[in-house]
Amino acid sequence: MEFLVATGVGALTASGVYLLLRGRTFAVILGLALLSYAVNVYLFAMGRLAVGVPPIIRDGVTAYTDPLPQALVLTAIVISFGMTSLIVILALRAYLETGDDHVSAEPLAEPDDELA
Amino acid sequence: MSLALVVLLPFIGAILPPLMIRSGRTVCATVTGSVTLSSLVLLLIHAPAVYRGEVPVVAYEWLPSLGLRFSFFADGFGLFFAALILAIGLLIIIYARFYLGRDDPMGRFYCYLLLFQGAMLGIVLSDNVLLLLIFWELTSLSSFLLIGYWRHLPEGRQGARMALAVTGGGGLAMLAGMLLLGQITGSYELTEILGQGELVRASPLYLPALLLILLGAFTKSAQFPFHFWLPHAMAAPTPVSAYLHSATMVKAGIFLLGRLWPVLAGTEAWFLIVGGTGLVTMVIAAWIALFKDDLKALLAFSTVSHLGLVTMLWGFATPFAAVAAVFHILNHATFKCALFMTAGIVDHEVHSRDARRLGGLLHLMPITGTLALVASASMAGLPPLNGFLSKEMMLEAAGHARPPAYPWLVPGLATFGALLSVAYSARYAVHVFLGPVRDDYPQHPHDPPAGMWLPVAVLVALVVLIGLFPAAIAGPIVAGASDAILGGALPDYKLALWHGITPALLMSAVATAGGLVLLALFWPVRAVRDAMPRPEAKRIFDAIVLGAANAARRASYGLHNGQLQRYVMFFVVSVLVLILVGWQTGRLDAGTREPLAAGYLAGIAWLLLLAGCIGIVAYHRQRFLALILTSLVGLIVSLAFLYLSAPDLALTQISVEVVTTILMLLALNFLPKETVAESSVARRLRDGALALGSGAAFAAIVHDVLTRDFTSISAYHLEQSKPGGGGTNVVNVILVDFRGYDTYGEIIVLGIAGLAIFALLDGALRGPAARRLARWAPDQPRAADLHPLIPVVATRVMLPLALMVGVYIFLRGHNLPGGGFISALVVAIALLMQYMASGFGWAEQRIRFDYHVLIGWGVLIAGLTGLGAWLFGLPFLTSGFDYFHFPVVGEVELATAAIFDLGVFLTVVGAVMVALANLSRIARRAEPIPVPQEPMDYTAPVPEPATTAEGR
Repeated sequence: MEFLVATGVGALTASGVYLLLRGRTFAVILGLALLSYAVNVYLFAMGRLAVGVPPIIRDGVTAYTDPLPQALVLTAIVISFGMTSLIVILALRAYLETGDDHVSAEPLAEPDDELA
Repeated sequence: MSLALVVLLPFIGAILPPLMIRSGRTVCATVTGSVTLSSLVLLLIHAPAVYRGEVPVVAYEWLPSLGLRFSFFADGFGLFFAALILAIGLLIIIYARFYLGRDDPMGRFYCYLLLFQGAMLGIVLSDNVLLLLIFWELTSLSSFLLIGYWRHLPEGRQGARMALAVTGGGGLAMLAGMLLLGQITGSYELTEILGQGELVRASPLYLPALLLILLGAFTKSAQFPFHFWLPHAMAAPTPVSAYLHSATMVKAGIFLLGRLWPVLAGTEAWFLIVGGTGLVTMVIAAWIALFKDDLKALLAFSTVSHLGLVTMLWGFATPFAAVAAVFHILNHATFKCALFMTAGIVDHEVHSRDARRLGGLLHLMPITGTLALVASASMAGLPPLNGFLSKEMMLEAAGHARPPAYPWLVPGLATFGALLSVAYSARYAVHVFLGPVRDDYPQHPHDPPAGMWLPVAVLVALVVLIGLFPAAIAGPIVAGASDAILGGALPDYKLALWHGITPALLMSAVATAGGLVLLALFWPVRAVRDAMPRPEAKRIFDAIVLGAANAARRASYGLHNGQLQRYVMFFVVSVLVLILVGWQTGRLDAGTREPLAAGYLAGIAWLLLLAGCIGIVAYHRQRFLALILTSLVGLIVSLAFLYLSAPDLALTQISVEVVTTILMLLALNFLPKETVAESSVARRLRDGALALGSGAAFAAIVHDVLTRDFTSISAYHLEQSKPGGGGTNVVNVILVDFRGYDTYGEIIVLGIAGLAIFALLDGALRGPAARRLARWAPDQPRAADLHPLIPVVATRVMLPLALMVGVYIFLRGHNLPGGGFISALVVAIALLMQYMASGFGWAEQRIRFDYHVLIGWGVLIAGLTGLGAWLFGLPFLTSGFDYFHFPVVGEVELATAAIFDLGVFLTVVGAVMVALANLSRIARRAEPIPVPQEPMDYTAPVPEPATTAEGR
């Protein structure tokens, strides 16, 4: 299981990074979403993996998985949503303003006059 | 306390002048003067104790972990300097009142002056060396403001920048030196460091510490080769120049050399570096001063020369030389300040400071002229004035500094320096005030108002009185200050005009005669000098600054060229490099934790995940497909959470997934549906390599962590969840109780994101974006039936049910999976379904509130819940709960955490819906579809879109 989770995070990271390096906003947004998954699972995994021991207190049960990473990741998921929706809208607005959805502006011109 | 107040008063008082200037210039000057005067009185209260041999100390802890203390002390030397700063400051304030013109913002001037004064006092009274350094840099900053006071003058701004660069840079070097000193002695308190001279001089760190501290002191005191900044600082108004160059700024370096003299002096390195630099500076600066036509430049270089003289005296490291140094500091402050003021008067009255255009002023402005003649005679070192006395002592000390190899070097050069000093002093007197009256002055001069010459008169009176009665007037001050430096071992000396025929007297006579001869030959000598090549310091400095600035420019434009893809690439590469470095230095072995068995279901999910990731990369240019594949991946992630004992995360992830996908679909409606292939193969290979590297690195890290055991702080949360937080769902209790403050911060962030989205989309309804929207035509085929009957009916029937589920999830959240976040997402999805099934217009008409208001209420409710704890005297966000018995329902637990969770709920609903509702506004603007009116919202088929996928 550990191997599956680790390679799963690796796959998410790899595809996320590849899309992050693309030139159009939509791919970058998808890449960020994938990276968010990777990071959330990564954080969650800091509490180690366990099956069938949710952190919900019941009488007579003593084994629980670590609740703290879960609490952190829960807010992280919601914040990732906030971030993703913000950049989606940002990309949309930029496209509507300029008619182009490339991430970069034209390369800045070298300063033609040296400071003097 | 009152000692700290001496330093703090000018800082506090600095706010007064800008306020008082409204009551007039005289009131403003009076207020400023009284601040300085109060500080002076406070200081002098300590004087009797200090001269009894006590050392008043005051100390408060500031940053004990860094060794930084707010501590001050006053010994004879510090008191002497502080009194000098305040007394001369008072005269400057009076002088400036009459010097500054009506157009000059006087409030600002006095404000800067007081700031500067406070910083100087801080330097001379600080006990803690780190505190001293803070004041040291403060003098650099405040003098920057003073020098650049006339902002409209380019020379002023350039001079200020140069002074700041040189003295501020030196201050940084000194910081390092002081830290070394603190390491050697184990203390940052001067009172403790001063007693450990032998330890310091024996330390292997002595030389680096010495060099760094000297770098700071020499840059501040404009010693060769850093002498170039001082004349450029002359662009300042004359009162500033007079203050900075007589009693303060440049004396700070001299002060520090004296302060640390007991610790650092006495080695060969000290003698060679300090003595040598002082001697060279004294001669070179005097030579330059002689040929300066600008009176202030002449005086500036003469200041450099005299500072060199004092530095040289410190460098001799004999007790007698130290006494001479202290005495000369006092004398130089009096005559140099007076001379600067007279130069300012000449400038003020004649509108020229060029010695070639002046002459004969004594007849036109007899008071100023007389005062200037006396002061310049003192600078030349003529009896019976105070300059003569200390110059004699200097020559006496120089006469004894005779290294065996070159016995005549120091006395000879010292005499030559004195000779030049006579020459430029005489030039200041002869070429400006003596000679025939001319008829081509830019403005016909006469004596200024008394306010301008009275301060000069006070100083000149001191020049004469100290000269005539040195032992009576200056004796105790010099003795007290020297005693503090020498640690109670005053040498045998006598402050007097006549010591008999001594070698020093002969040297003095030679210097005076030679200087007068040199002045007589001034023009021929000058012609020779002008013919020689001379390095221009400012040009060199400017070239260095320009070179550095251009190099920085090239470097930043090279890296920072506007290509965001490139920045991301740099970022990824840096992270990879960091991981690799960590990998090299850290542990590599796999852990020994018992692995968890994986069933075939997990294997299938894993395969699907991999396939999804590969699919996204392969088909990312087909955006719909990529988006659907991304939500597939999200679905698998939520299943993984569910499987791995995290039901709350699974619920959150899956509802977030739905919302995100809908949002992206809506946005994609307006974006191109496909990405053109534009990256080169090489680029894709490079990115692929980076991506695979990152993936492999992260997989390895996660695997390494997962196969190790760990300790967690969660035992506390598990134990306390029920008794302390009143809930059995530990994750939810952590969110709303244990870590409620974090959650509060996070919903605020989410709320801000929601408002930013609102602003971005609202702005899209105006300007170029709005015009583009108006031209927009759907590029996808539209369904003939825009609002199919079955979804319409189904979503409307389900709405109350879905809301009910939301309430249920919310309420049970404290004990079972659920809570504010999840129920908010469920409710948002239920509302969204209405938008999707029945159309934006239909839904919009029925939602009668603004979602961004909801965000505000959410944050407010959560915050007020937190504040409620204060009413019970508990910290912010402390939760309380109790069990109540209700008839019929039974026992019910009520917790304030639930109200906090309500705030979370509202914020999340608001943030999600604000994005979607505003996107729908955009869509309605782009594609106005009539809002269905009939109960059964059947919409008639619409014709095929005119334009298709080839874009717009």
